[in-house]
Amino acid sequence: MLGKLDWSAIPTDQPIPLIAAGIVALFMLGVAVWITKRGWWTYLWKEWITSVDHKRIGVMYVLLALVMLMRGFVDALMMRSQQAIAVGAHQGFLPPEHYNQIFSAHGTIMIFFVGMTFMVGLMNFVVPLQIGARDVAFPTLNSVSFWLTASGVLLLNLSLVIGEFARTGWLVYPPLSELAYSPGVGVDYYLWAIQIAGVGTLLSGINLTATILKMRTVGMGYMRMPIFCWTALTANLLIIAAFPILTATLAMLTLDRYLGFHFFTNDFGGNAMMYINLIWAWGHPEVYILILPAFGVFSEVIATFSGKGIFAYRSMAAAALAICVLSFMVWLHHFFTMGASADVNGFFGVMTMIIAVPTGVKVFNWLWTLYGGSIRFSVPLMWALGFMVTFIIGGMTGVLLAIPPVDFITHNSLFLVAHFHNVIIGGVIFGAYAGYNYWFPKAFGFTLHEGWGRATFWCWLVGFYLAFMPLYLLGLMGATRRMQHYSEAGWQPLMIVALGGALCILAGIGCTIVQLFVSIRTREQRRDLTGDPWDGRSLEWATPSPPPPFNFATPVKVDGLDTFWETKRKGLTAPGLPELPAPSAIEVPERTGTGFFVAFFATGLGFGMVWHIWWMAIASLLGIVAVALKLAWRRVDETEVDGAAVAAFYAAQYATHAQEAA
Amino acid sequence: MSAVMKEPMQTIERPVPRSQRGPAPARVTVTYGMWLFLLSDIVMFAAFFAAFVVLRDHTAGGPSGRALFDRHDVLIETACLLFSSFSCALQGIGVEYRNKIVTYTAAAVTLLLGAAFMVLELSEFTRMIGEGAGPGRSAFLSGFFALVGLHGLHVACGMFWLVVMLAQVATLGFSPKVVRRLLCFNLFWHALDIVWVGVFTVVYLGAFT
Repeated sequence: MLGKLDWSAIPTDQPIPLIAAGIVALFMLGVAVWITKRGWWTYLWKEWITSVDHKRIGVMYVLLALVMLMRGFVDALMMRSQQAIAVGAHQGFLPPEHYNQIFSAHGTIMIFFVGMTFMVGLMNFVVPLQIGARDVAFPTLNSVSFWLTASGVLLLNLSLVIGEFARTGWLVYPPLSELAYSPGVGVDYYLWAIQIAGVGTLLSGINLTATILKMRTVGMGYMRMPIFCWTALTANLLIIAAFPILTATLAMLTLDRYLGFHFFTNDFGGNAMMYINLIWAWGHPEVYILILPAFGVFSEVIATFSGKGIFAYRSMAAAALAICVLSFMVWLHHFFTMGASADVNGFFGVMTMIIAVPTGVKVFNWLWTLYGGSIRFSVPLMWALGFMVTFIIGGMTGVLLAIPPVDFITHNSLFLVAHFHNVIIGGVIFGAYAGYNYWFPKAFGFTLHEGWGRATFWCWLVGFYLAFMPLYLLGLMGATRRMQHYSEAGWQPLMIVALGGALCILAGIGCTIVQLFVSIRTREQRRDLTGDPWDGRSLEWATPSPPPPFNFATPVKVDGLDTFWETKRKGLTAPGLPELPAPSAIEVPERTGTGFFVAFFATGLGFGMVWHIWWMAIASLLGIVAVALKLAWRRVDETEVDGAAVAAFYAAQYATHAQEAA
Repeated sequence: MSAVMKEPMQTIERPVPRSQRGPAPARVTVTYGMWLFLLSDIVMFAAFFAAFVVLRDHTAGGPSGRALFDRHDVLIETACLLFSSFSCALQGIGVEYRNKIVTYTAAAVTLLLGAAFMVLELSEFTRMIGEGAGPGRSAFLSGFFALVGLHGLHVACGMFWLVVMLAQVATLGFSPKVVRRLLCFNLFWHALDIVWVGVFTVVYLGAFT
C-alpha cells in the first residue's frame, strides 16, 4: 500500500534535521494561524495562489528564492562549521552520511531554487513591463511553471524528514548514483524534484521567449529593447536549448534506477562518462542562464544610476548573444581530467578563454557607462560595483582553470569551489540583490530602507571575501572539496577564517530580513507616488507603482531606445505622470487554480515515484490530465476591468500625486 | 494604418520594420510558442539519439540490432506514420474550411494509422523482450528502448490529444481557441514524423551498415 515507506523513513536518530524540520513546521503553523486570524485566506487564494498576473508570479518566485536562500545558507553554515573543527582527532558534529547530504542539498538548492528561481522571478516581473506588454504570452502556463517549481521545492524539503537526500553531490554522478551504490531514496528525491521543477523552468523559458519575440509594443524593435530584455531573451533561449538535455539525462538515470536500464552502470556496457558529458552539456549553459539575467540587471542599474544611456548598446546585445552561443561549446572544461586527448582538452580550454571576451566587453561597457555619468550611490549601484570587482576576480580564476594542465592540479579542489562561488555569489547573488532593491518599489509602491540595504551589501561583500579567499589558498595547498574531515592541521586556521566569512554573510542575510521588516513598517514614509523613484529610463517606470493588473491602460508607443527617458527630458510629460487614458474596458487574463492543482498532483506523482507507491503516482498523473482537461473546456479566458474601474485607478493616482506636489 | 499612408511624406517612404509593428495576434503567438516547445522536444530527442549512438556497439555479449530488427515491419510502421501525416494535413484543410465531416474523417484515419503504428511497435517490443533482449540486457538495448519508446510515448500522447481535440470540436465547435489548438496539434504530429525519420535512419537502417 505504501511502497517502501514506513516509520523507519523518519530519521529519529539524527537530531539536526528533525529539529530543523520542527522549527520550519512551527514557523509555517505560525504563519497559517496569523493568516487565519487576519482572515486573509480568500485574499491569498484569489489574488496570489490562483493569480496569472506576471507581476504576482514574479513576486512569488522571488519570495520562494529568498526562503530557499535561508535553507541553502543554513547548509553552508553547517559545512563551514564542520570544516572549522573536524581536523585530526576531532570528527566534528556531522557524521559523513549526513555531511554528504548537506553539500548535495546545498548545491541543488542554491542553483535550482535560489539562483534560477530568483532570476526567473525578476524576468517574469520586469520583462513584460519593459516591452510594454499587458502580460506574458501564456499567463496560465506561467502560473503552472511557478507552481511546478514550488512542487520541486516541496519534494526536496520533504526529504529532510521523510527519508534522506542524495549523498552524491549536486549533479548525482553515476555510477555512485546508481542503485548499486545509492540504494536509498535520496537520489530519487533529487531526480523527481529536479525533473518536476525542470519542466516548470522549460515552460517558463518558452513563455518568456515567446513574450519577448512576439509581444513587444508598437515601435519596440529589437534594437530598442532594454538590455535586460536582451539578456533575458538569451537566457530563455538557453533554457529552451539546454533544459531538455537535463530532462533527458535525468530520465536516463531514472530508467537505470527504476527499470534496470544500463545507460550509466558499470556493467552491461553502460557508460558513466556519457552522463558527465550530457549533464554538463546542460550544466554549462545553465551557468549562463543564471548570470545573463544578472548582467541585464547590472546594465539597467548602472545606466539608471549614472544618468546615462548604456555605453555601446549594440555591442552589449551582441555580447549577450555571443555568450549564448559560446556557452554550448565549453562543457568539457568541467572534466578535463576525464582523459580526453590533449587536442580535445586544448580546444575546450581555448573556447573557455574565448567566452571571457564577450564578458570582458560587457565589463568595459559598464565602466564606460559610469565614466562621465552623474553617479548616485544608491544600494543597487553598490551591488553593481561590488559585482564588477568580485566577478572579475572570479573570471580570472576561471581562465586559470581553463588551462588544462592547471586544471589537472586544481580539479575538485577548494580552489574550484572558491572559483564558482566567486562568480555565482559575486555575479548571480549580487545581481539578485541589485534587482531586488531596484525593482522592489515598482512591485510594492514603496522603497526599501537604504541604510539596512547598505549594511546587507557590506556584510555580504566582506563576508564573501573572508569566506572564499582562504578557500583559494587551501585549494592550492591541496585541500579537496566535500571533505567531512581532514588530517592536515595547517589548514585549520584558514578554515576558521572561512567560517568567520560565513558568519559575516549570515549577518548580511539577517540585515536583508530586517531591511524588509523595517521597510514594511515604515512604508507610509517611503511611498513612491511617482512610479519612477530612480529617474529610470525604461518603460516599467512609465506606469504607476504597483502597476495595475493590465500594466498599461493604452498601448505604449516607442520611437527609440530609452523613449521614456527622452520623453521626460523633453518635458513632454511631467516626470512620473502617465498620460491620462480615456476610460475604456480592458481585458485581463482570468485567474485559475490550474497551476496550483497541477503542482499538487505533480508533488503526489513525485512522492509516489520516490517511495514506489504506484497507485499514488498513477492517480496523480490522472489528476494532472483531469486538471488540464478542465482548463481545456474553460469558457471564460479573460475578465474585463471595466472603463470606470480603469478611470478610477488613474484618478486615484493623480489625486495622490497632486496631494504630494501640493 | 491607411491614415498614415495618406499623410504627405517628406522623406523616402519606408515601411515600418516588421519588428516594430507591435504585438502579434494570438494565432501567431500560440503557434510560435508551440514551435519553441517542439524545438525543445527535439533537443530532448537529440540527447537520446546521442546516447543511442554512443551505446550502439555496447551489446555486452547480447544480440545486436542486425540480429533483432525486422526491416519489413519497420517499413510498414514508417509507412503508417508518413501516411498519417498526410491525413493530418487533410484534417488541417478540413479545419480551415470549418468542415466537421472532413475533419472527423481525416482525424479517424490519423488515429487508425497511429494505432497501427503503436501495435506494430509494441509487438516488436514484446517480441524482443520475449527473446531475452529487453532493455536490461545491454546498454545498446537500453538506448534502443528509451529512444524508440520515447517516440512511441509521444505518438500515444498525440493520439490522446487528437481524441481530446475531436471532443472539443464536437462540443465547442471551431472556436478560435479550438482552431489554434488544432493547428498546434498538426505541428506536433508532423514533428513526430521528422523524429521518426531520424529513428528509422539512425536506429534501423544504421544497424545494417
